[in-house]
Amino acid sequence: MSTQAPQTAYKMKTPPRTMTGAEAVVACLLEEGVDTIFGYPGGAIMPVYDAFYDYQDHLKHILVRHEQGAVHAAQGYARVSNRVGVCIATSGPGATNLITGIADAQIDSTPLVCITGQVGSHLLGTDAFQETDVIGISMPVTKWNYQITKAEDIPAAFAKAFYIARSGRPGPVLLDITKDAQFNKLDFKYEPCTGIRSYAPYPKSRPDDIIAAASLLNSAKKPYILVGHGVLISEAQEEFRAFVEKTGIPVASTLMGLSAFPCDHPLYVGYLGMHGNYGPNVKTNQADVILAVGMRFDDRVTGNLASYAKQAKVIHIEIDPSEIGKNVKPEVAINADAKEALLALMPHVHERTHTAWIQEFKDCDAIEHEKVIKREFTLPENSIKMANVVERISRKTSGEAIVVTDVGQHQMVVSRYYAFRGHENNVTSGGLGTMGFALPAAIGAKFARPNDEVIAVIGDGGFQMTLQELGTIFQEETGVKIVLLNNNFLGMVRQWQQLFFDRRYSFVEMKNPNFIKIAEGFGITARKIEHPSELDAALDEMLAHKGPYFLEVVVEREENVFPMVPTGASVADIRLE
Amino acid sequence: MNQPKKLFTIIAFTENRIGLLNRITIIFTRRHINIESLTTSECEVEGVHRFTITTRTTEERAVKVVKQIEKLVEVIKASLHAEDETIYQELALYKIDALKIAADGTFTAFLNTLKKYNAGIQSAEKEYIIVQKLGRRVEIFMLLDALKEYHVLEFAKSGRVAMTRSANDLDQYLREMEATRAAEEIEAIGV
Repeated sequence: MSTQAPQTAYKMKTPPRTMTGAEAVVACLLEEGVDTIFGYPGGAIMPVYDAFYDYQDHLKHILVRHEQGAVHAAQGYARVSNRVGVCIATSGPGATNLITGIADAQIDSTPLVCITGQVGSHLLGTDAFQETDVIGISMPVTKWNYQITKAEDIPAAFAKAFYIARSGRPGPVLLDITKDAQFNKLDFKYEPCTGIRSYAPYPKSRPDDIIAAASLLNSAKKPYILVGHGVLISEAQEEFRAFVEKTGIPVASTLMGLSAFPCDHPLYVGYLGMHGNYGPNVKTNQADVILAVGMRFDDRVTGNLASYAKQAKVIHIEIDPSEIGKNVKPEVAINADAKEALLALMPHVHERTHTAWIQEFKDCDAIEHEKVIKREFTLPENSIKMANVVERISRKTSGEAIVVTDVGQHQMVVSRYYAFRGHENNVTSGGLGTMGFALPAAIGAKFARPNDEVIAVIGDGGFQMTLQELGTIFQEETGVKIVLLNNNFLGMVRQWQQLFFDRRYSFVEMKNPNFIKIAEGFGITARKIEHPSELDAALDEMLAHKGPYFLEVVVEREENVFPMVPTGASVADIRLE
Repeated sequence: MNQPKKLFTIIAFTENRIGLLNRITIIFTRRHINIESLTTSECEVEGVHRFTITTRTTEERAVKVVKQIEKLVEVIKASLHAEDETIYQELALYKIDALKIAADGTFTAFLNTLKKYNAGIQSAEKEYIIVQKLGRRVEIFMLLDALKEYHVLEFAKSGRVAMTRSANDLDQYLREMEATRAAEEIEAIGV
C-alpha cells in the first residue's frame, strides 16, 4: 500500500492563521512531511522563494544548475525512499525544462509533486513574459495537473496532489501557481486528502481470481515468476520472497524490478529483456505458467509479442487496470496491489520444489557463462571492459550500494552484472531511457539516504547532457561517487549501427573534453585510469573517499553488449554473440 | 489477427473540470484514432458531466482507449458500446434554398420528402427554409441526399446523444463507490 499515508492521529503542524499563498505552499509541504526540495528560482516563483527564506531550518532547498536536474534529483529521491519527490521551477523555460523528467517519472511510476510558478492570472493567455501553457504541455505526461489561480485553493490542491502522486500506481503531479495566488492572502488550514470519488487507487483482488491463480500455480510443471517495479512500489519484498520460497518457483526480474529480489538467492535466475540473461529469455517460451508481478510486459521485455510466451498461461498481478491485457492477454488477471495480491495468494499455494526445471535455467547459465560472461569478466591486458568495472564494484559493495545508471551500454552492463541485494538500490531511467538522468538522480538518492553509498555509473554521452549538476554536488558537498565509463562513443547507438546498419557509424564518435579538469573545476576529487592494473586500487580509493569522487575509466572503444534480442525478434531467438 | 474496424460509442461520466476534454482527446490523438463525433453535457447527477464519443476502430483498441479514459483521475466511469447496445439520436439542420423551390415550383414535392423522412421545418424565411431532422446517422445522410435537388445551402449535424440498453444508475454507482472508499479508509487507519 502507499507509504507516507496520512497518519491516523493527524496533527496539523501549521496552526491555522492568515498567510500569503507563497507561505501556504511551504506550509503544505511541511504538512506533507517534505523536508527536501530541489529547485531553481525565477520571476514567477519568487514569492515562494521568499517564503523559503524564512523556513530554511525546516525545509532544505537544493539549488540545482538546471531544472531538468531538479526533477531528476526529485526522482532519485523518490525512487530510493518511496516518498514523494518534490521539485520547483519558475514559469516558461523553467517549467518546460521539467518536462523530460516528468515524462520519465510517468512511465516509471515515480511519485512526484512538481511546482511551477505562472504569470499573474490576469495575464494568462496573453503571451506574457515567460508564460507558457505548462498545464497543456504536461497533460499527457502527468498523472494529474492543476493550475492554482486563487490563494485559498492552495491547501486543497496540494493535499490532492500528494495523495494522487503516491497512491495506487504512483506518478508525477504538476501544480502551476499564478503569481497573484502566491501573493494573495488566505486563512490557512490543512486537511490531508484521503480519497477522491472519481479515483479508485486500490482495487481489491477477487477471491475467484486468487483461487484460479493458485490452482494454475499448484499444478504447473514449469512455473515461472517475472518480478517488476510494482513489488518495490508496494514495498512487498518480504511477502514476495516468502511467496517465492514457498512455491519454489524460479524468479526473473525486469530492469525496473532489480533489487526487489536478491540476485544471490538460489531461486533467482536472472534479468529479463533485450540485454537480459539467456535463460530467463529463452525459458519464457517454455514455461507452462507465468506469474507476472507488478510488471507491464514492456516491448524491451517481450521482444516480438506474436511469439512471446504463447504456450504459457499467464497470471498478471497488476494495480493499473489499463495495463492488464494491454500487451499480453492473461489467463487470470489479479487487479490489485502486489502486496495485497501476494498475501491473498499465499495460503492457497502449495509448498513445492522444481529442481529439474531450475536445472534448465542453470544449463542456460552455463552456456551464457561460457559464451559471454567468462570473456566479459576476464580482465584484458591492455584495456578495461565495462563489465570488469561493474563486477568489481558489485563485489566491493556486496551488492548493497545504491547504483544509479544513465542510459545505454553501461546501463545494460550494470543491470546484468551488479548483483543487487540491497533494499531498492537500483535507480535507472527504464521506460523513457533518458540520457542525463543518472547524475542528478544520484544527487537526489543521496539526499534521501545519506548513509548509503550512492554510485552513479554513467557513459560519456549521458554525462555531458547534465554535467552541470557537478555544480550542485560542489555546493552541497553531496557524497556521490561518479564512475564515468568512457569509450568516446555513443556506445549503444554505435552497437546498433554496427549490427544493423552495416557499420555506418553515423555521428556516434565523441571528441571528449578533459573530464578530470572539469570535475576538479567543480572541486571534486577526480582520477582517470586507462590500464587494467589500476582498476582495483582506483575503485578502492573511490569507495574509501569521504565526499564526492569522480572516477573516469577509459574502456574498450567498440565493446558490444550481449546477449541481445534484436528488435522484432522473439525472446527465444536471443543472440549470444 | 487484425480485427475489423467498427463504430463504437464510448460513454464517460466525469467531474466537471477545466481541461478534461483535452485529457480525453489526447488519448485518441496519441494512438492516431479519429473521433467521429463528441457530445458533452450535464447528466442527472449534479456536478457530473457526460461525454458521448463515437469512434471507428477495432474492438481491441477501443477497449484499451476506454481503460485509458477510465484511468484519468477525474473520470468516474467509462464504458464501451457496440452499435446495437445503445439507443441514440443525432440532430441535423439543413438550410434549403427557398428561392429555388419557388422558382422550380417544387414545394409540394419538397414537403413530401420531409414527410417521408420524418423531418420538420424549423423555420422559414424568404430566402431559405431550415429543416430539422432527429434520428440516426444513416437516416440523416439519406435525407441530405434527398434534399440535394432543392439545393442545400448549409448542413450541420450534432454529435450523438446516447443511452445504454442496461438500467445503470449512476447515482447509485457513486454512492457505492463512496461507501467502498469510506470502508477502505477505515481499514487503512485501522479503526
